Amino acid sequence: MAYRLSPARLWREKDSRYRLVGGMCRRCGRRFYPPRPVCPYCGSKSVERVELARQGVVETFAITYTVQEGFRDQAPIVYAIVKLDDGARVFAPLTDVEPEKVHTGMRVEAVVRRVRVDDDHGLIAYGIKFRPLRPAKSGQ
Amino acid sequence: MVLRVGIVGWGAYIPRYRVKVEEIARVWGYDPSVGAELGVYEKAVGGVDEDATTIGLEAALNAVKRAGIDPRRIGAVFFGSESKPYAVKPSATIIAEALGIVPDTMASDLEFACRAGSEGLRAAFGLVASGQIEYGLVVGADTAQANPGDVLEFTAASGGAAFVVGPARDAVAVLEGVYTYVTDTPDFWRREVSPYPVHGEAFTGEPAYFHHIESAVKGLMERLGLKPQDFDYVVFHQPNGRFPLRIAKRLGFTKEQVEPGLIAPYIGNTYNGSAFLGFARVLDIAKPGSRILVAPFGSGAGSDAYSFVVTDAIEEKRDRAPKVDDYIADKVYIDYAMYAKYRRLVLRYNM
Repeated sequence: MAYRLSPARLWREKDSRYRLVGGMCRRCGRRFYPPRPVCPYCGSKSVERVELARQGVVETFAITYTVQEGFRDQAPIVYAIVKLDDGARVFAPLTDVEPEKVHTGMRVEAVVRRVRVDDDHGLIAYGIKFRPLRPAKSGQ
Repeated sequence: MVLRVGIVGWGAYIPRYRVKVEEIARVWGYDPSVGAELGVYEKAVGGVDEDATTIGLEAALNAVKRAGIDPRRIGAVFFGSESKPYAVKPSATIIAEALGIVPDTMASDLEFACRAGSEGLRAAFGLVASGQIEYGLVVGADTAQANPGDVLEFTAASGGAAFVVGPARDAVAVLEGVYTYVTDTPDFWRREVSPYPVHGEAFTGEPAYFHHIESAVKGLMERLGLKPQDFDYVVFHQPNGRFPLRIAKRLGFTKEQVEPGLIAPYIGNTYNGSAFLGFARVLDIAKPGSRILVAPFGSGAGSDAYSFVVTDAIEEKRDRAPKVDDYIADKVYIDYAMYAKYRRLVLRYNM
């Protein structure tokens, strides 16, 4: 079996994958995802881990028809940069949406889904995706 | 029987995709009237990136929202499913982790066909009643499997519901009593290496579904001194749209008592989500003072009958999360090919 997903890495990243935990810079106040020890905006090492807002808007997106091996069942994949309501930007796939209906400014919410699966024997990597608010409200 | 426990929060989740029964009948050459015979017209299908764990997690998030408690006060997470993504490795820990309940908690996956979640509910009530935990989270979710072309495929669906249980003082529905009836009855099973369950055709009805639910419900009413007309709502396990109405009639309940909790005609049989989603739909509309009978069933076989009385607290919690009918209405139809891909009926090899 081709073994790709690292148990240690999935375990290390579980907070950001399951609960949308990101970083908040104590110096400049900005939030970012995924969390990292140094603020990507001001370089401060004074960073704390916080749960980010679970809703936001699609700032930009790309529809990907050519996908790497292991992702064909999910194609086409819409990758988006989502600006969360607390200002953090998250790069993540969209789900539960027809690609032709995606538009900038679309309101979305975070969900935990299967992001990658290691064949029939390996690990299942769960992680954050975004979908249009559900149940659908009128006007969306 | 004074238990001083109840349901503190409830949550549902149904995936957005639907496949029509007539579409499945078209592919496998069945009589197009099969949907009418089963009382099921379409079924909910999980998306390609959904499984019983992600479905259960969404329902659990809604239940915790309604409960309005700090998840760290939950001392047990029970996950009932017969479509566990891992044969070995609990889904309960993934749900507990994603909700911020870990590490100070119990967490177990339970197995008893379609009533595994209900066994979890009984266990959680017992743990709360005995003072060992303050709150418990019980999740019933499935991406129900069925052999393609088998009659089971018309109904086997994806969905789930979850309940936070806790002390009666916080409850939206207080547990008045519960009675369980189990025997060894081989009506439906799946062996370790089988991808799909096998069932005993007509044997799944009389000696299994009907006998066990009837025995559990009669046992409960006898112990509580209640009659069918004392209940405002009754919810049974729903393998199709017909069985719940038949068992209701046999026990002396009316159609009006059953229909508010009847969801199989719109989404199919979500196995561990079935009776739980019906119960959640009743909680979405029940008024304080209403009495609800809930009777899940699991093959193998067994049934639990619960009696709940709704409290005033239900009104303020109702709108904190989407309702079952919101999810039923929010749907997108897919054809058999997409359904087959989403539910991994088409085997694709990485070569």
